[in-house]
Amino acid sequence: MRSITLSQAVNEAIAEEMRRDETIFLLGEDVAEAGTPFKILSGLVEEFGTSRIIDTPISEPGFTGIAVGAAMTGSRPIVDLMFGDFLFLVMDQLCNQAAKTHYMSGGKLNVPMVLRTNLGATRRSAAQHSQSLHALVAHIPGVKVVLPSSAYEAKGLLKTAIRDNNPVVIFEDKLMYQDKSEVPEEEYLIPFGQANIVRQGTDITLVGTSSMVQVAEKAADILAKQGISAEVIDPRTIVPLDEDTILSSVRKTSRAIVIDEGHQSYGVTAEIASRISEGAFYHLDAPVQRMGAMDVPIPFSPALEDLTVPTPERVAIRAMALVKGELTYAI
Amino acid sequence: MTKKKTSNSEEYLRMYTQMARIRAFEDQANKLYLSAKMPGLTHMYSGQEAVAVGICEALKKTDHITSTHRGHGHCVAKGAEFKQMFCELLGKEEGYCRGKGGSMHIADQANGNLGANAIVGGSAGIATGAALSAKNLGKDDVTVCFFGDGALGQGLLYEVMNMASLWSLPVIYACENNLYGEYTKVEEMAAGELTGRAKAFGIEAFELDGQDVLAVNNLSQKLVARARNGEGPFFIQLNTYRYHGHHVGDINREYYRPKDEEKYWKEERDPIINFGIWLAKENIATTAELQTLRDQVNQDAADAVAYALDASYPLAEEVDMHVFI
Repeated sequence: MRSITLSQAVNEAIAEEMRRDETIFLLGEDVAEAGTPFKILSGLVEEFGTSRIIDTPISEPGFTGIAVGAAMTGSRPIVDLMFGDFLFLVMDQLCNQAAKTHYMSGGKLNVPMVLRTNLGATRRSAAQHSQSLHALVAHIPGVKVVLPSSAYEAKGLLKTAIRDNNPVVIFEDKLMYQDKSEVPEEEYLIPFGQANIVRQGTDITLVGTSSMVQVAEKAADILAKQGISAEVIDPRTIVPLDEDTILSSVRKTSRAIVIDEGHQSYGVTAEIASRISEGAFYHLDAPVQRMGAMDVPIPFSPALEDLTVPTPERVAIRAMALVKGELTYAI
Repeated sequence: MTKKKTSNSEEYLRMYTQMARIRAFEDQANKLYLSAKMPGLTHMYSGQEAVAVGICEALKKTDHITSTHRGHGHCVAKGAEFKQMFCELLGKEEGYCRGKGGSMHIADQANGNLGANAIVGGSAGIATGAALSAKNLGKDDVTVCFFGDGALGQGLLYEVMNMASLWSLPVIYACENNLYGEYTKVEEMAAGELTGRAKAFGIEAFELDGQDVLAVNNLSQKLVARARNGEGPFFIQLNTYRYHGHHVGDINREYYRPKDEEKYWKEERDPIINFGIWLAKENIATTAELQTLRDQVNQDAADAVAYALDASYPLAEEVDMHVFI
């Protein structure tokens, strides 16, 4: 099978969906000729023209609000939000407007829009271009939250997102844009709310999201050399969350670490760890562990930045302590 | 009152009726609040009827509007029925939004009303997006974005007016200057000319008497036609007045607004009284006929209230329905 980058996978997903459905358009900053700073969208404006690949001014709340209104009136907009950090700018339009419209109208109005943005640190981009803010959105009922972990996942999940009739926010890991994975030529979709068991194991469950799926897999490699069998689960979407797959795994392995690049406090790791504690408590042999980004603004200096996010080594060390029974209280 | 040929009697009487319907609706809503029969608060549109009616009478059913927290008038003017509206205000299942939106989120999709909005200025993006959607999909629908002078403080409005102008979108920004944003005078909050904001983006801007329904309608007819023709966007500043406080509970308000000012607007500038005088003078309807018409409208509103008070609340199982489609 061919391998393509995550960036190419996103481009293909958008192009295929736009060919299929003329009501889809995309808008954002420097999305047309520039194809975004990451060059993800290169070539789309040539095929679809400037009325469907729309360059906007630097007005994130404005163009997000425009997408909400367009989605309410028969279009299916895709918003390109250049950095996930800019979510703070669009919160009213996303969370007060898009997320609530279907409910507040008693089901009469729909907002079929996708907001594509990104997450992830260690790009030496400092505190306002490195955040992983998906937990903020996931907290608000009415928005689906999608976290692809590879090129294959990104294409299948984005196509599903574009066809969904609800507001969907999809976070791509910006460090992963050039990472390749096998992606079939033929069409496929990945349904929401179905976690992927990336690797089977028996001693411990590592639940990793987005960028942290790779970290969990590498940690599992390290653990395998120590004779510890780790199961790696990628939830794919945190709203909706496939609780059943996660709980089944933990009931089998009796131990779990949840790894996510958002800040650890009040975040995705806390939510999933809590669901495991509620749903698999009597199967647990050790306290469920959370590993998120440190609760500090992401520092610029590489020497500091690398300390803020979970690494395969740190995950493996934590897992070994759990399995050996050396860890009875959260670090 | 603007002179107009009297050949359009039916349209004039419809405008009069629609204004009377809004007033009747609000009088009943206020009573519901004062008698503690309505959950929460609501914001009265009374006094501003000529704005909503003058504009909405220039629109067709598939044209869209976005509304504000003070949105009952827009909703009635765009074609909504009393029963479903009162049901919504009372949180009943038969309401336009199954009781889930209430006064501040009332929407009527079937008539093109994309909804009231409890965030001041919050619908500016939605209105502009509806206009972009119509243009992209090859429809000739126009969108009117209603907002108050208070929304002039919101950056979103300027972002979307800029894009609407760059992209020649069929949207009309209707700024209802009722002189107060909540409890504060507009001149304390908005520097410079209000229309100057739109002009800076190259948007044609107009200022007119929002108490004169014919003037509002005449201009709206022209601008809607031009917007349909791809000449939009436009901005209209409509000078008007809200008779009640910021909301129904804002009763002792002399600290920010003198009673003689309210008296002047209610007695000298009332859009319904003054249009009624004009209709009689032009021999379109007698004073007695207009009284009969108002009596009928008041009765309709009272009947709808009685119906809504008796209507059912949504069932408990509805609470988590419609989070997602």
